[in-house]
Amino acid sequence: MTAKIAYADVEVGTELPARTFPVNRATLVRYAGASGDFNPIHWNERFAKEVGLPDVIAHGMFTMASAIRVVTDWAGDPGAVVEYGVRFTKPVVVPDDDKGALVEVSAKVAAKLDDNTVRVDLTATSAGQKVLGMSRAVVRLA
Amino acid sequence: MALDQSFVGRSYPPTDPYEVGREKIREFAEAVGDANPAYTDPEAAKALGHADVIAPPTFVFAISFKAAGQVIEDPQLGLDFSRVVHGDQKFAYTRPVRAGDRLTVTSTIEAIRSMAGNDILDIRGEVHDESGEHVVTAWTKLVARAAEEGA
Repeated sequence: MTAKIAYADVEVGTELPARTFPVNRATLVRYAGASGDFNPIHWNERFAKEVGLPDVIAHGMFTMASAIRVVTDWAGDPGAVVEYGVRFTKPVVVPDDDKGALVEVSAKVAAKLDDNTVRVDLTATSAGQKVLGMSRAVVRLA
Repeated sequence: MALDQSFVGRSYPPTDPYEVGREKIREFAEAVGDANPAYTDPEAAKALGHADVIAPPTFVFAISFKAAGQVIEDPQLGLDFSRVVHGDQKFAYTRPVRAGDRLTVTSTIEAIRSMAGNDILDIRGEVHDESGEHVVTAWTKLVARAAEEGA
């Protein structure tokens, strides 16, 4: 594993480049197919509303996959991720229009750990709501 | 109805092997819009020290969650899946999943709690490769929301 960021160059508080990820209905259909998660709350507005949701919502695992890109793009080697966990606090609501939704992700180094690893704390919001909580990754740096 | 606490600690038999294919990894990476060449280009993956293309960190969920189906659909446990939402997800990796892996999952019920009428179920999936080496552990917290009044 060969991260492109050196442990020695990172301090607690170092910010990773923030990213915004667009999500529309086509994104969700594609993710459903690739992941095998065909729960209709992710593609069927009628069904989503019947079960009390405001609209179709993104797969939590899609949001989780998007958020870690801030870490893997920074580290260079996705294989450098040692741990990754999130809590799904609010759904990402995806309207049926040409814009869809945006997931905004920021991250910073929260702790320097043993074996050249650091803990990165992530923040993910959509429409001003925090969609992931307790979102943390441990990544091994060079 | 609260789930039976005696299921805590119960493990289910290992799943049949899931063979990780290069094109499945490519399809998943494209679906999450992630163009990292380590997912699609064997040479790029090798330059990073991997034997073949690797999978994005959350790829393994499709495998571990399918395995968790043994727990979710266990008629003796009696979870009402129509009321289930995904609460938390965590992974701890010994190494990244890569193309050519034949992965088996052993699911264990780690905890069962009841809070405000909701059933909370923690499932741990231990993922091993064909040689028996540990690859990743996936923890999935499922919350079965309380049934509505009068429902």
